[in-house]
Amino acid sequence: MRQIKVVRNVLLGVENLLLHKLRSFLTMLGIVFGVGSVIAMLSVGEGASKEALDAIRKLGSNNIIVSSIKSIEEESTSTTHSHMSIYGLTYEDHIRVSETFKVVRRVTPVKLIRKEGRLGERALELRVVGTTATWFELVRRPIIAGRVLLDSDEDGYLPVAVLTEFGARRLLAGEHTIGQTLRIGSDYFEVIGIVKSESGQAGNIQIPDQEVDAYIPISVARTYFGDVISRRTAGTRERELVELHQMIVEVDSIEDVEPAAKGIEEMLKRFHKKKDYLVSVPLALLRQAEATKRTFNIVLGSIAGISLLVGGIGIMNIMLASVTERTQEIGIRRAIGAKRRQIIGQFLVETVVLSINGGFIGIVLGILVPSLITYFSGMPTVITVGSIVLPLFISGGIGIVFGLYPAIRAAKVDPIVALRHE
Amino acid sequence: MKQGSGSNSGEEVVQLENAHKIYRMGIQDVKALDGITVSFARSSFWAIMGPSGSGKSTMMNILGCLDRLTSGRYILEGRDVSTLDDDSLSELRLRYFGFIFQSFNLIPQLTVQRNIELPLYYLGWDANRSAKRARELAEKVGLGERLEHRPVELSGGQMQRVAIARALANDPEIIFADEPTGNLDTATGEQILQLLVELNEQGRTIIMVTHESHIASHANRRLYMLDGLVERIEEG
Repeated sequence: MRQIKVVRNVLLGVENLLLHKLRSFLTMLGIVFGVGSVIAMLSVGEGASKEALDAIRKLGSNNIIVSSIKSIEEESTSTTHSHMSIYGLTYEDHIRVSETFKVVRRVTPVKLIRKEGRLGERALELRVVGTTATWFELVRRPIIAGRVLLDSDEDGYLPVAVLTEFGARRLLAGEHTIGQTLRIGSDYFEVIGIVKSESGQAGNIQIPDQEVDAYIPISVARTYFGDVISRRTAGTRERELVELHQMIVEVDSIEDVEPAAKGIEEMLKRFHKKKDYLVSVPLALLRQAEATKRTFNIVLGSIAGISLLVGGIGIMNIMLASVTERTQEIGIRRAIGAKRRQIIGQFLVETVVLSINGGFIGIVLGILVPSLITYFSGMPTVITVGSIVLPLFISGGIGIVFGLYPAIRAAKVDPIVALRHE
Repeated sequence: MKQGSGSNSGEEVVQLENAHKIYRMGIQDVKALDGITVSFARSSFWAIMGPSGSGKSTMMNILGCLDRLTSGRYILEGRDVSTLDDDSLSELRLRYFGFIFQSFNLIPQLTVQRNIELPLYYLGWDANRSAKRARELAEKVGLGERLEHRPVELSGGQMQRVAIARALANDPEIIFADEPTGNLDTATGEQILQLLVELNEQGRTIIMVTHESHIASHANRRLYMLDGLVERIEEG
């Protein structure tokens, strides 16, 4: 019964609005453009930040990346004479991190060595990554051919290597190369697989893999290449002892990332004399990017919101004029026995019907415009459910907020004054 | 103070006791009603007369619950309604009163049918029942063929008939008519008055404001006002 009454009220409102089609349409325009621009702007903003967020997600949101860095003191002494710089993460650190924290699921140690790789006739400067099987679980990339490293490779000290798609192409490797011999420096490795390569930056963190990577078991890397890297630069011989270049730490859940990162930082501080490590959290980066996106959305949203506000004021303006114009009608209704709240309801329904209709047209506009932008400029735009539902509620809200004042004005009409003979 | 006593049933439907209505106009107080005590019997036909400024419009507004007394009591059907709030007064108007105005006061954008249905809408009647009632009433005032017309398409007499049909929709106890023939020519006015007389004969109380004595002569009671007071009451 009550529902029927609401429907009837809405129909009466619509009927009344249809009496002034042009006026109703013009009144709606403000809301149409307001809602349209909210949707369009949100979708452009969403599209712009999506790419950045995707890049960051490749780092893994449950991961913490701990890298070795040369401390500032070390940096200054090492250039003066031939001296061995010892810094960075140690095998001890690896064990400590994996055993101390309950939330740490696994830790992937990474040793990096620059060596030339040769496959048949072709040569390529490789970044040899000594790591364990877990690398491929934390840095998930599709396998193109063969297989990735296994624990048995590690335990058996097997000289096997996994190439990236990019490296494989440069070395003319492919399906047929699996099982062939790759020379790294002066040692020989069997090519067991090829994985897809990703490259790029995410914020200021280099994503863990590079295009020129060759993955070998860390046990093999240790025995073949040792921990000391020597480099000859402009007459001086530079030697570095770095046990581990990186540790990728995976924790149980996203909530654990930040506390665990803090804990690791604390622990490393206790065991390292110098600050020769860096703990970076992709999640923090993700948060930062999301915060940026939020700011972006707020700025764009406010601009669009202002146009909605202007639209709302436009509606209010027309409704106030309409109340003045319909003073006599209001007086008649009141004299007949309409209560104040029924008059408020009548005018409110009209305003809400106007603004929600404007909202619907605005949504159509708001979906059309971003797809035109994408079509003509190639800029990515993403229309989310939220960016459609939100303006619809907003336009309904505007109808209520900006309709309320004119409606209350209508209800305050004194029937005696309104009915006085003209 | 004189009392208008009902002769038809002996029961008083409306009573005013020492009714005052004072308007503030700038710094000056205007006493529109200056202590009136009067009773209106059920099924009577009253004409309220008097020169402009005598308080007859105020009297009408007070009786029709469109306005409130400054002091004194208004008793409707034995119930003191002078202290009721706005919602309750609206409810009273909706259930007990029908209004007919000099300028007809139809809602221009609504059809004849919708205008007649208006009180029924606020009474919460469903659409079918309202439509049926509106048709009956339109036929009763001789406008059965005009249901889909809008007020601008009607003559003055027809508009007033629509207004009467609307005033009857809620089956009111009392019909208030404020100069009902003021905008009509004499012949049409006479027809409208005849309609009011018939309604009175069917048992409805009619309270009519007018300043023309030949109009007032149709009523069976005439109340003359002057300076916010009842000057005299004539019967017959």
